[in-house]
Amino acid sequence: MRLEPPRRALDYAPLVFPAVMLTVFFVVPFGIMVMVSFFQRQPAGFYTPAFVFASYERFLTAFFGGVLGFSLGLAALVALICVVIGFPFTYELARARRSVQVVWLVALLSILSLSEVVIGFAWSTLLSRTAGISNLLVWLGLMEKPTALTPNFGAVLTGMVYQALPYTVLVLYPAMARLDPTLMEASRTLGAPPLKAFLTVVVPALRNTILATFIMVFVFALGSYLLPQLLGRPQHWTLSVLITDQAIYQSNMPFAAAMAVFLVLVTLALVGLSLLVGRKEIAA
Amino acid sequence: MTETTKTGITRRTVLAGAAAGAALLAMPSILRAADRSLKIGVYGGYFQESFDEHIFPDFTSATGIEVQSISEPTGEAWLVQLSQAARAGQAPADVSMMSQVAMLKGQAIDLWSPLDQAKLPNLKNLLPQFVNKYPDGRIAGVGAVAWYITLVTNTDVFPEAPTSWAALWDPANKDRLGLLALVSNSFLLEVTARTFFGGPAKLDTEDGILEVMNKLAELKPNVRLWYRDEAQFEQALKSGEIPMGQYYHDVTGLAAADGNPVRSTFPTEGGILDSGCWAVSAASKKSAEAHEFINYMSDPAIQAKLTRNVGTAPTVARSLTDLTDKEFGAASSEIAPIIPRYDLYQTKSDWLNQKWTELIVAG
Repeated sequence: MRLEPPRRALDYAPLVFPAVMLTVFFVVPFGIMVMVSFFQRQPAGFYTPAFVFASYERFLTAFFGGVLGFSLGLAALVALICVVIGFPFTYELARARRSVQVVWLVALLSILSLSEVVIGFAWSTLLSRTAGISNLLVWLGLMEKPTALTPNFGAVLTGMVYQALPYTVLVLYPAMARLDPTLMEASRTLGAPPLKAFLTVVVPALRNTILATFIMVFVFALGSYLLPQLLGRPQHWTLSVLITDQAIYQSNMPFAAAMAVFLVLVTLALVGLSLLVGRKEIAA
Repeated sequence: MTETTKTGITRRTVLAGAAAGAALLAMPSILRAADRSLKIGVYGGYFQESFDEHIFPDFTSATGIEVQSISEPTGEAWLVQLSQAARAGQAPADVSMMSQVAMLKGQAIDLWSPLDQAKLPNLKNLLPQFVNKYPDGRIAGVGAVAWYITLVTNTDVFPEAPTSWAALWDPANKDRLGLLALVSNSFLLEVTARTFFGGPAKLDTEDGILEVMNKLAELKPNVRLWYRDEAQFEQALKSGEIPMGQYYHDVTGLAAADGNPVRSTFPTEGGILDSGCWAVSAASKKSAEAHEFINYMSDPAIQAKLTRNVGTAPTVARSLTDLTDKEFGAASSEIAPIIPRYDLYQTKSDWLNQKWTELIVAG
């Protein structure tokens, strides 16, 4: 099938539905959020329409800068780990037998059906002193007495990688399945050992897919607000946790909106930057 | 959002409504009762279920006033909804159970219809802290339910019950505490002020508050979990994973009664006494019924029933009730309570929240 470039206005008709949906469910809510972020906060728990920068001023401090930096760093680290684990895994998965693939994909999809709450509570039990895996290690004689492996940064990272890995695999899978197997065969014929062929042929061939996956997992991880609370200490709370506190517990909608707008803008900037870098590399 | 689903009219509600309408037409006595009705907002979940089961049916049979209980969200979302509706002349609930901070915020915008003392003969029974007044003396609300937050421990890990809130600062309890995460629901400033600075007057100035916060910072190494969600801590307390902390006295008592190795202790400095008020929306047209309900709820016999069935602390003096020591002890204590400085959470809420977040989050 060949796609003709659109010539008449009617040719754009199929775009109407997604455009309306995007406007109603993304542009309008985001616009409201931007609007509220400039409203005047009333300490009594309300806000009045206005155009003030008070909420942004409050956000632009070293304290919130630190929290924002931590959130971005954490999300990037989660995305990196997911891609590093997920890429070779998906490569093997795509070459496996059909029945094996189905079992794995169903298992991964079933993880997606778990909510953040379930994942958080499950990991906090798994890492606990009283019922966690350290008891297993004691039983095996590898540890002297059970210890709590949570709350700490490692626990937060583990939980978030667990949550994001299925997405990583599912995004990588279609591109991996379409990868021309003759590329690998050619490089092997030319004498490259399997690992070298994988790193110098498969990885560069799917560079754009890797970048896209990284960005998607990064954005996904940035929204996490329950796992840092359940598995981390307060210094591991992400900006999303503080946004929730302001919106739900302090009824400070303007400040919560300002923080959320800032988070979205910084995220968009980072995504744009990485796309730009990716494009330049390809052009070079 | 849940609100839309709650108010959305489905085929089922139409059918139910039609059935109820038919029943009303068929039974004039109920129709008369329905003339006098009251919409009462109660915290959704446990409180609403308990009130629907133990309180509202008896109130209806005693007074002939039909009650429609409305599930309200905790936090201040309900205050915002009530105030917006009141501006449009609507009252989603005539009487609502409101937190103390929400009461003060509502006072600031005259949201609460002042109550007439002459129509509330039972008001004389209440402990003074349970009558909520406008600055000019008008009555804004009347105590509905009260509950204690106390020092709780796992009995396997702590064979001896601690006696003072100072146990939270004990270096031996490193990484063993579960505390509430927010300044406005943990009331740890008040606890610290009472335990180490002689009383709540220390919190009168910002300098005093910062001094109290510095003292609080000392217990951070002991805190394993700053919880927002109760279930999170309760489970860890039962298993001994986090063997000490602050928690609700009544819920801990229920858990202990179920055989869990937990106990709740009233420290010598007192438990934290938090409470909710009945308040009437200024937009409500059911003033007479609302007064009748609030008066009914202030009856010592009804307060005793609440203590027995719902586990809340009575808002009337114990001597007026027929509660046994065991029943009273399950919900309350005669040690003078720590009463939160709700005024601070209204006048300084953003400043307090900012300082508190910095205190906790700073590594």
